[in-house]
Amino acid sequence: MNNAIRDSVLFTTADSLISWSRRSALWPETFGIACCAIEMISAGCARYDLDRFGVVFRPSPRQSDVMIIAGTITRKFAPVVRRLYDQMPEPRWVIAMGTCAISGGVYNTYAVVQGAETFVPVDVHVPGCPPRPEALMHGFLLLQEKIKKSRALAGASLDRVAAP
Amino acid sequence: MNVETPLIRTLMAERFGEAIEELGFSHGVHAFAAPPDMIVDLCRFLKEDPALQFDFLSDICGVDHYPEMPRYEAVYHLFSLPNKWRVRIKCRLGDPPRVPSVTGVWRTANWHERETWDMYGIRFEGHPDLRRIYMWEGFEGFPQRKDFPLRGYKDKLNPFGAEGSPPTQPDLATKDIPQGGRSTPRT
Amino acid sequence: MTEVTELSWPETDAPRTREVLLNLGPQHPSTHGVLRLVLELDGEYVERVDPHIGYLHRGTEKLAESFTYTQIFPLTDRLDYLCPPSNNLAFALAVEKLLGIQAPIRAQYIRVMMAELARISGHLLITGALPMDLGAMTALLYAMREREMIMDLLEMISGARMHTSFCRVGGVREDLPDGFFPKIREFCDIFPNRIRDYERLLDSNRVFLKRTQGIGVISAEDGIDLGLSGPNLRASGVDWDIRRDEPYEIYDRLDFDVITSQEGDCYARWRCRVEEMRESVRIIEQCLDQMPDGPFQIDMPTIAFPTDKDRVHCSMEALIQHFDLSAYGFKVPKGEVYSAIEAPKGELGFYIVSDGSPKPFRMKVRSPSFVNLQALFGVANAHYLADMIAVLGSLDPVMAEVDK
Repeated sequence: MNNAIRDSVLFTTADSLISWSRRSALWPETFGIACCAIEMISAGCARYDLDRFGVVFRPSPRQSDVMIIAGTITRKFAPVVRRLYDQMPEPRWVIAMGTCAISGGVYNTYAVVQGAETFVPVDVHVPGCPPRPEALMHGFLLLQEKIKKSRALAGASLDRVAAP
Repeated sequence: MNVETPLIRTLMAERFGEAIEELGFSHGVHAFAAPPDMIVDLCRFLKEDPALQFDFLSDICGVDHYPEMPRYEAVYHLFSLPNKWRVRIKCRLGDPPRVPSVTGVWRTANWHERETWDMYGIRFEGHPDLRRIYMWEGFEGFPQRKDFPLRGYKDKLNPFGAEGSPPTQPDLATKDIPQGGRSTPRT
Repeated sequence: MTEVTELSWPETDAPRTREVLLNLGPQHPSTHGVLRLVLELDGEYVERVDPHIGYLHRGTEKLAESFTYTQIFPLTDRLDYLCPPSNNLAFALAVEKLLGIQAPIRAQYIRVMMAELARISGHLLITGALPMDLGAMTALLYAMREREMIMDLLEMISGARMHTSFCRVGGVREDLPDGFFPKIREFCDIFPNRIRDYERLLDSNRVFLKRTQGIGVISAEDGIDLGLSGPNLRASGVDWDIRRDEPYEIYDRLDFDVITSQEGDCYARWRCRVEEMRESVRIIEQCLDQMPDGPFQIDMPTIAFPTDKDRVHCSMEALIQHFDLSAYGFKVPKGEVYSAIEAPKGELGFYIVSDGSPKPFRMKVRSPSFVNLQALFGVANAHYLADMIAVLGSLDPVMAEVDK
């Protein structure tokens, strides 16, 4: 009797259970903007296979919880990115992939937004132009670490999801 | 390679007299300068003349020679598929720049001219649908003019821009559905 | 209302239809980037299509005016990001024409070989992406597997998977690495078999054929009028390839066929690309066979960095020249040039106006995708909404090149 309980009952905190379930199925949006999107596709395809980490691309923002900003965000496109972010259900995370999404990169021009941080909160920056698929994988692992450390019930990390 | 220059020049002179100026042959392209009001006739002539057959419009672009006057230039690059010749036609334009549209000669001119309008503010008269193509409706200024700052004007999205009035914000995709200006030339 | 709709519904108490405006994109998995199509629909039929572009307009041309000629190479990489070496080549050729120089023969072979590798990698993506847009996911996974082989080769040459920036004015950046030839020979041996695999997978797939054959037909006259170029135009039966008709670099020494097709539909455009990959493999093999030894960069210290460092270390003049070149770039004589190459998407032209300074006064990119996308005007009418995706996929636009 004792053994049966020991084998089937597990004590943990609700926070760690929630964060485990959140980080194990990170579904990013199929949302490529520029060159980085090709490396994002490479990361999702056979050789690198992001599915191993529970990362499965979804075509709609309403089904996804990670947005990978993979490419240059222009002024014309920034409201669209913001709208897509707002359409995602909470909790949601943002990965800025590549130099353009991080800081505008070489494109310091009249048409380009100087970094995604200016209009959406970014959780993980993946540097590179474009970053290798391994770098994107590393970004996902970092994001999983971040989610692991967050406490869903304590409320601290939920503040950031409220739109400004 | 250079044997066809006299031919093109002679045929042009027969039709247009002295109005078309020859700028020489360089790097595989014959260059000519034409006054803006002749551009449509010239293009149609080049396209339809049986000896020349410049049937493919490669490119139209603008150049801003600021502060030189006349300031603007519209440059046309034509290609002859049967002969494999290339021709460049240059049109110097004053301020404000205006030039007749060649969309009636080639349908492909449509987007090239919209791009040139968007970037340089060269108005193509008779274009069926002269809207901005890269920048959004309501954007102020023509970004590729030499007096437009490379980094645009400063605002929240671009703290490195020049001092000046911040740019207008584009509408969301769902709002700016075009009401007029049907751009489909055929059914 | 299209004619088809009128015929299919009876005159009496026919339901009144209203045209619907539908936004496709900018975030849509099948638009190949950030393209937005405003479609006017009559039922399932597309009455009118209005492509909205500019969502990736980065100001490359304006930015190039403030960069030296060498600094522009990385910008050209990011135009058609599926095949950066071709863009590098087009730009290098334009500047070389202005300077009146030519790269050494070995460099020309390396450039052509890389451009053809890029052509394969660009065509591979569309070979897989068009079926994927139509619902056949497997083809993309196979195509990406082969694309990784090319990425490995490019990485071996230049150190970067995608944005190689390997060309320089007057040559290439460095020589081919050791152990490169066996690798690329292996690729050339394997790849034609893999092309046969794609064909076996898709050519007998009735769904794929039904959704591409006879869809989005462009006639040769329309294609020329709309400015189509490259495989899109050759699929309509126009036998024009800049590689053969205005040979640049060493293409006149190579033996290859120009693939054409008469149908002009989506399938023909897809088919042309598949066949072109075979020809590209042939070209690469010939490049490998014919490639001579010799310098990979022109010996002009005012334009290219000297290949032997000793000269820079031991001579004051060479050091100053080296510093001058890296700090200010090289001056290009006054003049203008339009130079076009056969990029994977079509005619890629660079129009450069130089005022004699180390930076271009004006650089215009005649990007093939920009013009090819315009063909939607000519084909999309009176098609089903679902066929729009096939038409768009077969035209193969790359939005970074469309928007520049």
